[in-house]
Amino acid sequence: MSYAISVNGQIHHVEDDGQTPLLWVLRDTLKLTGTKYGCGVAQCGACTVHVDGTPTRSCTLPLEVAASARITTIESIEGVEAQAIRDAWVARDVPQCGFCQSGQIMSAVALLRTLKTPTDRDIDVAMSGNICRCATYNRIRAAIHDAAAQLGTAR
Amino acid sequence: MTRRRMILGGSLIGGALIVGYTATHPMQVAGAILQGGGSDPGPSAFGPFVRIGSDGWVIVVNKQQEMGQGIHSGIAAMVAEELDADWDRVRVIEARNNFRAYGLQMTAGSNAIASNWDAMRNAGAAARAMFVAAAAHRWNVSSQSIEVRDGVVSHPGSNRSATFADLLEDASRQTPPQSPTLKQPEDYRLIGTDRVHRKDSLAKSTGAVIYTQDIQRPDMLVAMVAHSPRFGGTLARFDASDALKVKDVVDVFAIETGVAVVAKTTFAARRGRDALRIEWNDGEAEMRSTPELIEYYHQIAAGRGDLEPSDFGTKGENPGAPFDGDVVEFAFDFPYLAHAPMETLDCVAQVDGWNVSISSGAHLATLDQVMAAIAARTIPGKVDLEVVPAGGSFGRRGIMSSDYLVECVRIAKRIQGRPIKLIWSREDEMMSGYYRPMSHHRVWVQMGADAFPARWRVHSVCQALTPIGPNFQATEGITNSPYFSTASTVDGKIFSPSFPVVVGFWRSVGASHTAFVMEHIIDQLARRADRDPAAYRRTLYERAGDTRRIGVLDELCHKVDWGSPLQPGWARGLAIAEAFGTVVGQVAEVRLVDGRPIVRRVVAVVDCGIAVAPDQIAAQMEGGIGFGLSAALYGAMTLKDGIVQETNFDSHPVLRMNEMPAVETHIIKSTSRPTGMGEPGVPPIAPAVANAMLALTGSPTKSLPFLSGNALSNSDVSSQS
Repeated sequence: MSYAISVNGQIHHVEDDGQTPLLWVLRDTLKLTGTKYGCGVAQCGACTVHVDGTPTRSCTLPLEVAASARITTIESIEGVEAQAIRDAWVARDVPQCGFCQSGQIMSAVALLRTLKTPTDRDIDVAMSGNICRCATYNRIRAAIHDAAAQLGTAR
Repeated sequence: MTRRRMILGGSLIGGALIVGYTATHPMQVAGAILQGGGSDPGPSAFGPFVRIGSDGWVIVVNKQQEMGQGIHSGIAAMVAEELDADWDRVRVIEARNNFRAYGLQMTAGSNAIASNWDAMRNAGAAARAMFVAAAAHRWNVSSQSIEVRDGVVSHPGSNRSATFADLLEDASRQTPPQSPTLKQPEDYRLIGTDRVHRKDSLAKSTGAVIYTQDIQRPDMLVAMVAHSPRFGGTLARFDASDALKVKDVVDVFAIETGVAVVAKTTFAARRGRDALRIEWNDGEAEMRSTPELIEYYHQIAAGRGDLEPSDFGTKGENPGAPFDGDVVEFAFDFPYLAHAPMETLDCVAQVDGWNVSISSGAHLATLDQVMAAIAARTIPGKVDLEVVPAGGSFGRRGIMSSDYLVECVRIAKRIQGRPIKLIWSREDEMMSGYYRPMSHHRVWVQMGADAFPARWRVHSVCQALTPIGPNFQATEGITNSPYFSTASTVDGKIFSPSFPVVVGFWRSVGASHTAFVMEHIIDQLARRADRDPAAYRRTLYERAGDTRRIGVLDELCHKVDWGSPLQPGWARGLAIAEAFGTVVGQVAEVRLVDGRPIVRRVVAVVDCGIAVAPDQIAAQMEGGIGFGLSAALYGAMTLKDGIVQETNFDSHPVLRMNEMPAVETHIIKSTSRPTGMGEPGVPPIAPAVANAMLALTGSPTKSLPFLSGNALSNSDVSSQS
């Protein structure tokens, strides 16, 4: 079946089974490989994308559901929060292997869009769905605080 | 010695001056056989590891695999320091397999900084000398009067200067010195500073890095393989009729490791695999469950088996004689542990007749090349291996059989002429074995009149990681223990049972369990002697003359103000371990909530010789603690009737953000040669937490993981809730 799907501001016509997880449409069909497969069961967060602005695990979201929403991936996440997060990630050398970081950043940007100055507890709640086996958690936490502070100064 | 003859008149490849060379050396014979498929451009005028772009950028060729440990930045810093390059105009590329150019390409044993310390500094210093010689000749001044700083070559006497780009052609005509002068550590401007940043942070924050999983090639097909659910099981028969009906499934066939489904997309391959009907032959398979294996190990350690042990660390006269007097007994059980890197196992391969082309996050590239050649029935020289960054490994991509890579080559050989991307699901990865082996340790200590150990007996049971030679990995961390220093005899025996569950290297290898044995015993002995565990250790280190451990212990006690009170309900636990030549001490602050350890803070001290990239050392300490704590809390791969029960992150919890302790890392100042940091952060954390729990409750930990819910749960801990 054919689906019109909005990804990163563009409409793509995708010929696929409606049950196909969005993750594989992004990766295999649209060649947007920044979004990663890590578990396939919405446990690790490596596949996190924004669905109408909400961080969502694309590995369990069927194409037929995703087709009615606006999808944003790591390749085109923009805005002051995204820029602040990225700058902080680089300044702190957050990534190690880096494989989970697309998902981490998608979750972190969504957090900062909701809460301007998240507490450690807020960060725990927002980020605990994203596993990092390199355990870069402390740097992620610090970078989120950095980004929040930078945005606070800029305002 | 190597004699090199530089042949000039090279060509510009990728904007860099690449100059061909010939050389004669005994290793060249091996090189002729092992040299990769030819895509590697080979050495430049500045040797195999340094290229200078026409824009003056320094390109460091990293022959080590980047799997997150930041080795690319350490390798680049060693070159840039001696070259006096501008760090902001240094980039790193991953070397393809090319034995002739780079020698062995094996990233293992936390040795990449240590083993490249001389070669990378020499490479940088030799290139620097070539620029100096070129400038001296151009300006007609002495080499001694030339200075180099941040990529600018200058002659202060005449106020002349030139960039690497300006001098590139002249410099590349110089003969590289065989033994260039190296800097003294006090002259370092880059090494040991926080200027040594990762070069990949931006690319890894934008989704731009291409891992194996992300590789796209024209005409590429995706493969998944159905493996035997039991170790040692083999394919009896299969029915592919339903699988072949799945849209976009292209082919289904049996291979040595199971049934391969080849499709146009990953999801189609997955669906096709789900539609297979397979019968496995379990005649040779492992059918036992974890409690039976534990019991089997206990029987072996008690001497009720027919396994011949081998000795380790044995010393003194008649070490096997019975102990008498004050004898303390200990027993520990440790589970199988999976690696679970975020990127599951994957590989891209294409086979065209004799030629094999592979892209993979392979960290034993030279071995992988040979294994791929055997699988494709070609010679290693026909295997071209592009090494790409790995989304973690923790040892899983560094196994001797190159299992996933060989599997991909076999599928590609069958398909011929099309690139095949093999993707393993998370379940495939977790059920595939090559685990940190489970182990059982029985320890007897005969105490001396001074309340220190007088005699040690350590009987360990652990599968061997390598098919031949002594099972030394299983006893790493015990064999040279400083706690043996006061003992008149040591009776070490390792039993190495062999059965179908496959085991492998897991970040920190033997020390991942032996450090727990030694460090948790020492705390128990100290408590028994009514001595402070830090002071008790210090006496033993003094007697062993172990100055590095003393240095780490003293610094650690100083940084945590050891002995000062914590809030009620909290306790500190200390552990110190050496792995791969690096000594790490950690103090964990722990409290128990319903029997569950909560770790809020870990202070770590490391002696890894000269600190090349201090912030990456800190990053590896943080990562090692998180990885080790994850295993200590949750890690256990258990079998039920031979089938692995933990198959994804739902049944196999791992450490998450809310459980990560704050980590402070302190590096001992040193002028010794650097040692590694990828693994040594792991071993101390579990015993440090256990020692804190011991301080809180008086109860020792006898098995890991700490948390219950599986066959290896810790009854001592759960009984406290």
